[in-house]
Formats: sequence, C-alpha cells, structure tokens
Amino acid sequence: MDPKIETKHVNFYYGSVHCLNDVTLHIKEHEITALIGPSGCGKSTFLRTLNRMNDIIPGTRIEGEVLLDKQNIYERGVDVVELRKRVGMVFQQPNPFPKSIFENIAFGPKRLGLSHKLNLDEVVEKSLRAAALWGEVKDNLHKSALALSGGQQQRLCIARVLAVEPEVILMDEPCSALDPASTLKIEELMQDLTKNYTIVIVTHNMLQAARVSEWTGFFLLGEMIEYGKTVDIFSRPKDKRTEDYITGRFG
Amino acid sequence: MSAKSTQKLAKIFIWGSGAITVLILFLIIGYVLARGLPGLSLSFLFTAPRGGLSGEGGISTAIVTTIYLVILTIAILILPGIGAAIYLVEYARDNWLTRIIRYGVDTLAGVPSIVFGLFGFVIFVTALHFSFSILSGALTLVCLLLPTLIRTAEEAIKAVPRSHREAALALGSTKWQAIWHVVLPAALPGIVTGIILCIGRILGETACLYVTMGGSSAMPTSLLSGGRTLALHLFYLATDTNAMSKAMTTAAVLIIVILVINTIINWISHRFQARMLGGA
Repeated sequence: MDPKIETKHVNFYYGSVHCLNDVTLHIKEHEITALIGPSGCGKSTFLRTLNRMNDIIPGTRIEGEVLLDKQNIYERGVDVVELRKRVGMVFQQPNPFPKSIFENIAFGPKRLGLSHKLNLDEVVEKSLRAAALWGEVKDNLHKSALALSGGQQQRLCIARVLAVEPEVILMDEPCSALDPASTLKIEELMQDLTKNYTIVIVTHNMLQAARVSEWTGFFLLGEMIEYGKTVDIFSRPKDKRTEDYITGRFG
Repeated sequence: MSAKSTQKLAKIFIWGSGAITVLILFLIIGYVLARGLPGLSLSFLFTAPRGGLSGEGGISTAIVTTIYLVILTIAILILPGIGAAIYLVEYARDNWLTRIIRYGVDTLAGVPSIVFGLFGFVIFVTALHFSFSILSGALTLVCLLLPTLIRTAEEAIKAVPRSHREAALALGSTKWQAIWHVVLPAALPGIVTGIILCIGRILGETACLYVTMGGSSAMPTSLLSGGRTLALHLFYLATDTNAMSKAMTTAAVLIIVILVINTIINWISHRFQARMLGGA
C-alpha cells in the first residue's frame, strides 16, 4: 500500500537555525505513527510541517517535499486551508475556544460552509460520540467549553477535529497536560480512531509510544535517527543513540 | 530597618495612596453632584440655553449636540481604529514601516488636543468647507482618538492566546475566519474598554471642539450645524456668564451621562461574552 504521507529530505530553518535535517519517512494509512525524542529534537516542528502549521511563524523556511497522497503540499498553488481540512491537528495544551461545547464542535463545519448541508446537531453528537465525550456532556452542550476538565477539553478538541472529517490527525503531545486516567482514555480513543483516520502523534512519553503506535520514529537534534515498527525500535534498536534514549540514558 | 517594618511601611504607603485617590475622586464627584443636583429639573434638561451673561435656560441643545457628536465620532472611528489594530497585530510584519506606524501612533497619542483642533480648523473647517460643524468636530476627534483606540484594541487582540488562532487554522478556517470568529470575540471586552475611553474623551473634550464646532447654542439641524457639547457649554457658562450654579448642574449631568454610558456598554459587552461562552 502506498504511504498516506511521505516526506523527502525535509530541511527546516527557523531564522538561521537549522531545526530539521534531511528527514525522510513514510506514514502508513489507518495506523498510528509515533515520533519520539528528547525536548527540542524537532519532532513537534516536523509534525507541524505536515499541515503547514509552521507557515504562520514568521522567519521560517522549509526545503524538501511533503507528499500527501503523492501530492506535494508545499507546491505552488496548494490551498493551505483545504490541506488543513484534510490534515487536522490536536495541540499540546487543550485549547477549546471560549465558546459553548456545541459551538466548539460546530466551528469547523460552519467555517467550511457545510452548515446548510449538514445537520449540525447530528455532526456534534457524532463527533462527541467518536471522541468518547458524548455521555459526559450531552446535557450541557450549550455550557462553556472552558468549564470542562483538562481531559474532557482535550477530547473536545479531538471531537472538534473529527467534525471536519479529516483524513489525517496530527497530535502534538496531546496527553502531556493530562492526568493518567485522562491519558488512558485518549489512548483508547486513538485506537478506535485508526479505523477511519491516520494518526501521527508526537510524544515525549516513550511508554505511550510503545503502547499506542504501530510505527515509531526517533528524533535527535533535528535528525531522524531511526524509523521502523514500534516493536523493533523498542526491542531491537539498530542505532546506539536510539538504544541509549529508550533505555533512559539521556533525554 | 527590618524586613517586617519595611513591609509595614509599604503597606501603609500603598493603602494611603489608594485612600487618597478614592477620596479625591469622591470629593470631586460629591462636590459637583451636591452643588449641581439641586438645580436639576426636567425643564433644565429640555429647554435650550438662551445665552447671554446670565446663562439663562437649560441644556437641551447641548445634550442633543453631544449625542450626535458621540455617535458620529464613534461611527467613523471604529472601523479604521480596530482595522488598524488588526493589521498591526495579525498582518504586519515587524519591519521599518510598521515601526514607523507604531512610533507615529505613540507620538500622536501624546499630542495636546488643541493641536488637533488647529489641524481640524485648517483642514475640515476651512479647506474642506465643513465650517464650524458637528462633522468638523467629529472628524477632528477621530484624528485625536485614533491612536488611543488603536493601542487599546491592539493590546486586547495581542492578549488572545496564539493557541486559539492555531486551533482555528488547524480546523481549516481561513485567517480572516479565525480573526472574525475567534480572535475578535475574545478581544471584545478590551476593545470595548478602548471605546469607552474614547467616549469619555469625547464627552470631556473642549479645546479642540472650541475651534472646530463654533459653539452655537442653537439646536443642530444637520451634521453641518455648529453647536456646543455639554463640556463646551460648561466652559462657556463658567467663563462667559456668572451662572456658576448652572455650570455645576451641567457638570452633574455630564458625570451622570458618563456613568450611564459606561454601565450600558459594559452590560452589552458582558451579555455578548456570556452568549459567546454559552450558558455558563
């Protein structure tokens, strides 16, 4: 099967700082790919190149190709808004809008001009169910999203992405601000989502990568050191640096 | 001195400063209301000033002129003010042009209002033939207040976390949708505060209106009519007549108007926010 996303020799510069060095990898469809590595290794930056989120940071520059279904998303004429509809993102800090739960979920469909075609009530229910949040909030849909707990807020943010029906979901350390119980819920949720979505998750929690992902990429100082099946990376790492990292010798 | 006694001293000093500020505020407001309110009556509000040395009559035309001026000024001011703030925060890159704009805005904010008055007199009253009118006054006030509104709106927009913008963009919304549906609603209370500040300045301004609105005590019939606002009327009463009690009553009305406007706008802004936030 062709990869969903393929990056070829991606280099990324923040001003004169070379943050990503020649990153080439494949991301398989309907599977979870985890990117691990110590803080500042470029894994988040790399994740953000996949939906061109870095475009909004001034002074950045990218070289190389990022192919989504074989089409280079950095090519001239690519509609970034359309791209981000296909490649959604969940951030490290839960960031619901200061609006009601309903309005948070309906935000994407409304902005995409789908509200006249779709029944928003149905979209909201479906998305919240898919994010395993429906039962907890169904009676409070018009209450402020900010009143939810951190874990609920993060599942709301996932539901908000699902409402747009992307093909790929990028998750940037989605559990780092959450307690273990909420983390577990999100990890279970991710497994369910692979039926319909391709997921790329950045995490500094190696156990999490081992638990949830099919594929793992290890980043160090802007380079992708090793990439392969998660079982192999964690049991038979080929590179000494990968081994040092996963056995806790640094990072 | 021990840490404890410096702490005590600082506390006394800070409490004292607070108390003095509040005291002065209440003294002024209390004094004006105490001397002004006894003269307040419906007929005072609804009769036109008759002019002359005795300051006979009421303040009806000044009230109407003030309302016209506030509405017209804010109506013209709001779009370029907030628009410029959005541009500076969301679109402008940090280069020499934006640095010049920011420097200009800061400088303008510190220029005395009579300088704007002079500018308004030369441009709007004379060159553009708007003569002494509410329009000339409003346009002059717009120049005077743009820096204030731009800076307050800019701070409010900057205070909206970047994560909100990123979330909106990551959901496939355009930059403008993110600004319109996420950033501006979140920044609204701060922007409203800026508008209230501007209304306060309009109500209190005399110098630059003195040279752009003439000061006729007649009822304005169009935006090209001259006129006097409450503050300007107050100025005339206090300097050209011996009707000090009327001046005090006018001042009392002015204070009440400011309080009422602030309350109304705050209420509207809170209602809007509550709606945005959902039922919570």
